[in-house]
Amino acid sequence: MSAHTEPASPPAADPAVASLDVRGLDFAYPDGTTALHGVDLRIEPGERVALLGPNGAGKTTLVLQLNGILAPTGGEVVVGGLPVRKPHLQEVRRRVGIVFQDPDDQLFMPTVREDVAFGPANFGVRGDELTARVEAALEAVGMAEHADRSPLHLSGGQRRRVALATVLSCDPEILVLDEPSSNLDPVARRELAEVLLGLDRTLLMVTHDLPYALQLCPRSVVVDGGRIVADGPTRALLADDGMLRAHRLELPFGFTLA
Amino acid sequence: MGAGHSHPLYLEGSSVVHRLPAEVKIVAAFLTVLCVVATPREAFWAFGGYLLLLAAVWAAARIPPGWMARRALIEAPFVVLAVLLPFTGPDPRFEWAGLSLSHAGTLGAWNILAKGTLGVLTSLTLAATTPMRDLLLGLQRLRVPALVLTIATLMLRYADVIAGEARRMRLARIARGHDPRFLWQAGATARGIGSLFIRSYERGERVHLAMLSRGWTGTMPTTGAPATVRSQWLVALALPLVAAALAVTGMMTT
Repeated sequence: MSAHTEPASPPAADPAVASLDVRGLDFAYPDGTTALHGVDLRIEPGERVALLGPNGAGKTTLVLQLNGILAPTGGEVVVGGLPVRKPHLQEVRRRVGIVFQDPDDQLFMPTVREDVAFGPANFGVRGDELTARVEAALEAVGMAEHADRSPLHLSGGQRRRVALATVLSCDPEILVLDEPSSNLDPVARRELAEVLLGLDRTLLMVTHDLPYALQLCPRSVVVDGGRIVADGPTRALLADDGMLRAHRLELPFGFTLA
Repeated sequence: MGAGHSHPLYLEGSSVVHRLPAEVKIVAAFLTVLCVVATPREAFWAFGGYLLLLAAVWAAARIPPGWMARRALIEAPFVVLAVLLPFTGPDPRFEWAGLSLSHAGTLGAWNILAKGTLGVLTSLTLAATTPMRDLLLGLQRLRVPALVLTIATLMLRYADVIAGEARRMRLARIARGHDPRFLWQAGATARGIGSLFIRSYERGERVHLAMLSRGWTGTMPTTGAPATVRSQWLVALALPLVAAALAVTGMMTT
């Protein structure tokens, strides 16, 4: 599918501009393996969307396209009106806040505070503004009192929330979470959901955790074999047994949706 | 608290020494070690002087000498060779407690032992009074190349993560009947180390991706910290000044 006919969007925070606009995205790895085929995905400001799909469907590949870590072989990604291209990669990376699956990959500084300051400092924020950003981000995830601890001494749930704060402090246009509920105990899982629901930001959440998708995201997109195979209200998609089965997805034991 | 900068060589405190900026202490420790190394080995009293000097710093920083002595044992493997020197050194020899010792060898052993110990004690004093994070910040202010600092920062953070990974892999091996006491099972340990290397390498890639995603361009952003005051330099440099006086006197009297 090709959607190149659309005019270039103005690079401003215009409400008419989508937070994320993926148009006809193709991607093949250098060894020739095709990972994405003509992916189209438009996410409006303030939307919360779950990206569902079996292992190897291309979810993580798609996420790495969003901030230009991987470059597409065809098509285009536009973030808040700004195309993901070399000259403004830095601004794109500020706008797309990716929270990686393993917080130990994300948190690399000796203290929580420094880690949360790392992103905004890279984007040129300094001094009082930086301090205020760090405080606000830690406050938003309920980790303000742990600012001077080492990430090593935090629990899994706390680390996950700090990882979220390290991205929130960059003030992103869209938050992208890779498997946010993995390895969390039920309480930490619920606490993270409460934090996410309280954020009021555009959200794209990659997950296998279908009940979590239902709880957090009114809309879901199913990816399989590098294509988008379904896009609609989460509740309707999760009630479609045939579609779920066709793409190796299923609700946990005991769950049914009417 | 203090979990953010706990390392086994650090002794929590708020003394004058603790409060000095890290870069000042690094320079003072470095200069002191230089003085120690430059002192002629025959100036025995000068080494006593250095020890007294360090003891004065410990008193000011409230570091118990026993605490220091236990950590100084780290030096032991390195000075083992020095013990052999009196026996293997060249003639002339002298008799002591029924042993025939080389004169030059004994002096050589004393030289290594005294200077090594004082060097270790000086470094330990620096480590005991400076959190790891501040050491890195101090090195940054001393214009140590950014790449070296980035590597040091990452090592500081990931040493424990990788140690944890190695521990889990070892447990998983033991749970499947592996008993590394037997030589023929050493292969599994070796392969374990190999896969630990691969895993660490992969982790390195993921950390790098995550850093790029937050706008990393190759240099650590500097966060503004209060500038060092001249009087702090004067306080800290008193230590190498006295050490230099000892070294110079030592050179002139021998």
